[in-house]
Amino acid sequence: MIKLENLTKVFESQGQATTAADNISMEVPEGEICVLLGPSGCGKTTTLKMINRIIPVTSGRVLINGEDTTGLDTITLRRNIGYVIQQIGLFPNMTIEENISIVPKLLGWNKKRYLARAEELLDMVALEPKAYMKRYPKELSGGQQQRVGVIRALAADPPLMLMDEPFGAIDPINREIIQDEFLRMQQTLKKTILFVSHDIDEAVKMADKIAIFNSGKLIQFDTPDNILAHPKNKFVEDFVGTDRTLKRLRLVKVRDVMVKSPPRVRMDDDLKVALKLMVERDHSAITLVNKKNHPIGSVYRSIAQTKQGLCGDHHYGLRTIVNINDDLRTVASKMFSHDTTWMPCVDDQGVFCGEITQRGVTHHLAATYNDNDGALAELYQEGV
Amino acid sequence: MTQSKSFIVGVAALVCVFLLGVLSERSGIIEEFLFYQEDIVYLTMQHITMTLLSGGFAIIIAIPLGVWLSRSYMSKWSETLMQPLNIMTTVPTLAILALSMSFLGIGTLPALFALWLATLLPIVRNTYAGLKEVPEFLIESANGMGMPTWKILLSVELPNALFVIFAGIRTAIAINIGTVPLAFLIGAGGLGELIFTGIDMDEMVMMLAGAIPVALLAIIVDFIFSQLQYWLIPRGVNPLR
Ligand SMILES: Nc1ncnc2c1ncn2[C@@H]1O[C@H](COP(=O)(O)OP(=O)(O)OP(=O)(O)O)[C@@H](O)[C@H]1O
Ligand SMILES: [Mg+2]
Repeated sequence: MIKLENLTKVFESQGQATTAADNISMEVPEGEICVLLGPSGCGKTTTLKMINRIIPVTSGRVLINGEDTTGLDTITLRRNIGYVIQQIGLFPNMTIEENISIVPKLLGWNKKRYLARAEELLDMVALEPKAYMKRYPKELSGGQQQRVGVIRALAADPPLMLMDEPFGAIDPINREIIQDEFLRMQQTLKKTILFVSHDIDEAVKMADKIAIFNSGKLIQFDTPDNILAHPKNKFVEDFVGTDRTLKRLRLVKVRDVMVKSPPRVRMDDDLKVALKLMVERDHSAITLVNKKNHPIGSVYRSIAQTKQGLCGDHHYGLRTIVNINDDLRTVASKMFSHDTTWMPCVDDQGVFCGEITQRGVTHHLAATYNDNDGALAELYQEGV
Repeated sequence: MTQSKSFIVGVAALVCVFLLGVLSERSGIIEEFLFYQEDIVYLTMQHITMTLLSGGFAIIIAIPLGVWLSRSYMSKWSETLMQPLNIMTTVPTLAILALSMSFLGIGTLPALFALWLATLLPIVRNTYAGLKEVPEFLIESANGMGMPTWKILLSVELPNALFVIFAGIRTAIAINIGTVPLAFLIGAGGLGELIFTGIDMDEMVMMLAGAIPVALLAIIVDFIFSQLQYWLIPRGVNPLR
């Protein structure tokens, strides 16, 4: 857990004072990623560097796990904080192995231990240790260097990580890949991370909490969904963009929006059964499943009304399905590309376990706006 | 690329030397040369000793001086202090010798002092420039990992400035070897004795007996340094590799 209390930095240069960070207070719980977000020059880097005292504070203090760090000597403090700078900062004169082993060596690990650790970390980011340990940084691609920069900071397993635009200098496609990789690692590592970015999409993807800065002040500190749904003022609203609700799609999983245990029919059910189920729920189609409960098609109400016989003989193929762990962006994308307003949801085994509708999605996204308006919320509920 | 080029140049030089050898054999120069053999050996040793002493001391003093000037607490003064150093490097080495003589008199000591000074300057300058060129973010990165200051200097700053520092040493030693013959002018001996006496007495062979060893010495030492530069500086910071 890390807590910033009234952190302030005033730079004096040529008789001019710049307040780069103005009374910043926030708290990041253990194991969470907090993204510091804001336009250039708003004080993100300054705030980050005051934590490991690369920049001395003007006033205020930093507490790590409740302990005031003001009294700690900088060397001890820094060896317990992983630090990734924007320029990556691998040392060109050292091999990858030597770069990764710096902090473990400073901490006095024996050779066997730090070499094993370097191999383990390289494996973690899918860089074959045999091929890369003895290389120099200039012999790696930009993306590979960035990966090494991150694992170097992780080497001595510090509980807290400070990362200043760690994936900044890289093309968008590789950036997505590294972000995903990093999030996967974080699931097991559970580090407390302060992460600087000026990219709202990156922030929404990575963050448990987002801290929005503007000209040295912390404007809003909240979950990504709340930042997007309830920007505190015009500045935040403009910063997150006019398509902010679309960005929220990424934050919600299918499993949280789908209608659970929806009605279904089997091959040997009569069309009358299907029609009855659809009329009961006012649906225009129903999902057909096989013996293993995998969705295999759909029966339309218009067909059930006009034809006689078994569902197995009067169904159409599925347009599309979605996994319950996908996010709503995937759902929206599939809806647009398959011209449909609903789809069955399956788990990892392919078993039918829910249905998601356009209505359900829009309702879920809108719900947060109507929290204070009970009557309207109820109206919505009835409408579905 | 550079390696193969220098190889070709080397072979060409050897061929020339061979042809010159054939020519001089015919004209009986070789025999005259052998007359000076003892002098050549003695004076070459003297020459090498002067280079080793003045060059060695120059390296020992110049690198710490360059390091000191490059420290951040010196930043207010270092540019001002570098100014006279830069101006002094433009002073011809002969003038340095003359000045040294006017303060310290004649003999080996003033010669060594002048040589030392002429060798010192390029090394200080390159050490300072090389260290200043190490990107600030590397030092910040090292600081962020909790490296003590002395360790940052030894394992980050100096290795990354090594190529530039080495280039300075190579230039300085070349200047040194080329200047040692002038030391004879203020009474310090060395191969200059054969060269200048040869000129004075209009003895072509005597002059060559001094000049050729000096040239060879310069070529050999520079070759040694180029090899050291290639092999000693780690691949990660060596633009030649
Ligand atoms: N050493 C310094 N001396 C004087 N002013 C400084 C110094 N470092 C930063 N500043 C000023 O402090 C403000 C905040 O800088 P900071 O580096 O924290 O911005 P940032 O949010 O990280 O921006 P970016 O996204 O461009 O990296 C800027 O106005 C900057 O000019
Ligand atoms: Mg910054």
